[in-house]
Amino acid sequence: MSNQQKIPRIFLVILLSVMGAGLAYTVLSLPAEAPGLSERVTDNIDVSGVENPVTAVVLNFRGYDTLLEMAVLLLALLVVWSLGPVPQRHEVAPGEVLDYLTRLLVPLLILVAGYLLWVGAIAPGGAFQAGSVLAAAGLLLVLSGWRFSARFTGLSLRFPIVGGLAVFVLAGLAMMLDGGRFLEYPVAYAGTLILIIEVAATLSIGLILVELFLGGRPSQCQSPGARIASKTEK
Amino acid sequence: MTTAFFYALSGIALFILGLYALVIRVHLLRKILAVNVMGSGVFLLLIALATRTQSTPDPVPQAMVITGIVVAVSATALALVLMLRLLGAGGKAELPDEKIE
Repeated sequence: MSNQQKIPRIFLVILLSVMGAGLAYTVLSLPAEAPGLSERVTDNIDVSGVENPVTAVVLNFRGYDTLLEMAVLLLALLVVWSLGPVPQRHEVAPGEVLDYLTRLLVPLLILVAGYLLWVGAIAPGGAFQAGSVLAAAGLLLVLSGWRFSARFTGLSLRFPIVGGLAVFVLAGLAMMLDGGRFLEYPVAYAGTLILIIEVAATLSIGLILVELFLGGRPSQCQSPGARIASKTEK
Repeated sequence: MTTAFFYALSGIALFILGLYALVIRVHLLRKILAVNVMGSGVFLLLIALATRTQSTPDPVPQAMVITGIVVAVSATALALVLMLRLLGAGGKAELPDEKIE
């Protein structure tokens, strides 16, 4: 058995070495200086509505990519939900320190997410960064025993989850009604539109990532308490 | 060799290492991790090559990597949930190694 496996493994190493060498050669033969599209972005930054070039590309010049990416996130969540309910796991109540720290950290993380969202217009930041910080806050809550109350797992959870994509598509379609093309923002409103889309996207991304982590459809028949039972006994 | 190329070559090394693990490892969790290492290599390569400018780095590859990270995270989550379903159904997180007749 081991002999049988050894021969292909050596072949694999040789094959991957050749592949790696080829890739390395290709990269090294690239010109040492290539401005790419950075000059075009810098030249057109005034019409994007934001000052940070990365945000301008993500939400204006290549807005279509970002739109489809929100769709991918939503699709992944739909598949995860369709596979079954949240699996039952053995849960232990968190200690006093973790509990206190969570209560301290979560508001701070929400504040940081808001800051990242706002600062995305002029400096590194934006919807995805803010969304991941929001998701981190959500994961901290989940890991220390907090759960969505059954009251909030219906439409009040689904609306913000779909909201990111919906607002994006609606904003794009509104531009068409206005005489422009899909996702072609008029210069005067571009900044405002991008901020609105980003707020919805941040909420969506945060919630979707937490729901993906939970790994299943939220059950509707949970006891109405927001926290797990072992928590309240303590 | 500039730092951009050093990081780009590191990205290629990560990609190749990930590909090796993807083929060799049997456990699906390791395969999922391997795909993630490969993805990180690609992101590193893209970001490294974006810095080959005079002043500010090219924002287009950076935007692509932001998009890519989110897609990679959602794909990983989906793969992990599928792996857990397979574990629940078959008792082990491995793909069946059956010969096609």
